[in-house]
Amino acid sequence: MLAVADLKKSFLSPEGQRVAIVGVGRFALAAGEQLALRGESGSGKTTFLNLIAGILAPDSGRVTIDGGEMTGLSEPKRDRLRAEKLGYIFQTFNLLQGYTVLENVVLGMSFGPRGADRGHAREVLGRVGLGHRLEHFPRQLSTGQQQRVAVARALANRPKLVLADEPTGNLDRKNAHEALALIREVCREHGAALLLVSHDEDVLKEFEVRKDFAEINEALKEPAR
Amino acid sequence: MTLPLIIYRSLRQHALSTVVTAGSIALACGLLMCVWMVKTQSQTVFTQTTSGFDAVLGARGSKLQLVLNAIFHLEASPGNVAWADYEMIKRHPAVKTAIPIAVGDNLRGYRLVGTLPELFTTVEYAPGKKFAVRPGGRFFAADKPDAKEAVAGAFAAQRLGLKVGDTFHPFHGLAFDANSQHPDVYTVVGILAPTNTPADRVVWIPLHGLQTMSGHDARAATDVSAVLIQLRAPSAGFMLDLMYNKQGNRLTFAYPVGAIIAELFGKIAWFDQVLTLVAYLVALVAAGSVLASIYNSMSARQRDLAILRALGARRRTIFGAVVAEAACIGALGAAAGFAIYLALLAGVADVIRAQTGVVLDLTARHPVLWICPLAMIALCALGGVVPAFKAYRTPVAETLAPLS
Ligand SMILES: Nc1ncnc2c1ncn2[C@@H]1O[C@H](COP(=O)(O)OP(=O)(O)OP(=O)(O)O)[C@@H](O)[C@H]1O
Ligand SMILES: [Mg+2]
Repeated sequence: MLAVADLKKSFLSPEGQRVAIVGVGRFALAAGEQLALRGESGSGKTTFLNLIAGILAPDSGRVTIDGGEMTGLSEPKRDRLRAEKLGYIFQTFNLLQGYTVLENVVLGMSFGPRGADRGHAREVLGRVGLGHRLEHFPRQLSTGQQQRVAVARALANRPKLVLADEPTGNLDRKNAHEALALIREVCREHGAALLLVSHDEDVLKEFEVRKDFAEINEALKEPAR
Repeated sequence: MTLPLIIYRSLRQHALSTVVTAGSIALACGLLMCVWMVKTQSQTVFTQTTSGFDAVLGARGSKLQLVLNAIFHLEASPGNVAWADYEMIKRHPAVKTAIPIAVGDNLRGYRLVGTLPELFTTVEYAPGKKFAVRPGGRFFAADKPDAKEAVAGAFAAQRLGLKVGDTFHPFHGLAFDANSQHPDVYTVVGILAPTNTPADRVVWIPLHGLQTMSGHDARAATDVSAVLIQLRAPSAGFMLDLMYNKQGNRLTFAYPVGAIIAELFGKIAWFDQVLTLVAYLVALVAAGSVLASIYNSMSARQRDLAILRALGARRRTIFGAVVAEAACIGALGAAAGFAIYLALLAGVADVIRAQTGVVLDLTARHPVLWICPLAMIALCALGGVVPAFKAYRTPVAETLAPLS
């Protein structure tokens, strides 16, 4: 489903030095598999997910999603591949503030292979417990509710792979647990693989399969950091 | 469905910048169209305003002054025409109608013009249109040339508050001077229906009455100010032109009326050019401000555009959304511009009507009325192209990052 090989990304620091942020030799995820990556703040988790999603282009290396190679594609093609195969729950939600809850989800779907389907969008929103908030705008929602909109938007397209970046970072323990259970359940229902990154032990311990990002990311071992 | 939603939501979300940008477009568009239409319309309408006459015979002098005085009831009369000259041209075989007029008095600033009742009964002031009085009134009697009766033009009656049965004292001169009242008392016997010609702005009285107004020079009591002429055939105009202007040296034969007014517009061409220049400058400034504000309002949308891209929006969706939104702002502005245009034009037309009696056609069409709005919309779309490219060039990850 997801295969990463020799993926490298570095950024220029303000002092003009090249700093390696991500260096992943081999990483894979099977179809329907759910995996949690543990990593400290600043360890490059978001960067890693952005590379997988094709939002960032790597310096070198390869990312293959469901047979489609993300790396090496032009930016518009990466956007297409992302719309087709991926659901991304952003660390900062990235909801469209000027659009209603329903529109956020419908719009997210409209770029994917199945196109906008209001009925399905309503259904998924109902599934995350927002059936009564369809016409609200994001700013009229609590943080936890916004989070659930982001979840619904990521899943409405029936993606093959869901990337979740600290999806419960802003929630209290009870809500975090519920949100997480929801994400995992919906992924299971849709047969989507789930890759979640977090630094929160409470989140991580719910997963059967966990890995330390520090072990995967060789860039963290480089003395330059 | 996606594109209209994106455009609509974005316009709504940035309502203030949408309104401000559309407003400046509306102003520019309205101003430009108004300047243009007043320019072209006034020329058309003025040169078409002949009040039904082909020519004017008057004292030796400027043809333009003669036409302005006799047809438009503006300017002073260049002098008098002897009654015998009137009789002569009236009997000329090429002349269909000859109507004498006399000026020299006013009623609180509105001209009194002496004439014969034939003006109302035989002349079509515009093709197929004859003078008519409002119900309850009549023209002055043809068999009583000395009757102290008056028929008021529609605009003059409205401004002076005249109605049938009212009486008034004329004032001497063309400009109102409260100290120069004549003792004669005139009675309003009719109010003309609006004609949209300069006739609306005057109060008509019998020719003889004006000639013999107490205090007027008795020796000139049979003179008239000018003779309005309808010809049987256009070719006769050149013959009479030769006769009066080239061979004679006492009188001026102003023909054709429309061409003489066109000459006036030729003389004020510099004014025309200034107006055009102003219009172009307005357009230029508007274009600049439109480009700048479209660019600004589109920059405010960068984050949304980055999110749309992160969701996998196609390049052409993003590009189309930005350009179409800019064009929509232009279309909103152009629509509001029409309202501004109509309001401005109505105001200008009102002033022109009050000053000359000539009425601009508010519904007149001219290519500028679609060229200007379309150009504005195209300009806005163009203004959207740069931000649209930019939207696709900024790295998504960095645009999304700041909130994290
Ligand atoms: N565009 C960029 N330019 C320069 N440095 C960057 C850029 N993006 C990220 N970095 C650096 O990369 C490192 C990793 O950032 P990243 O956001 O991936 O961390 P993270 O593991 O997601 O942290 P957190 O848990 O706090 O979200 C940071 O030190 C950051 O400063
Ligand atoms: Mg992060």
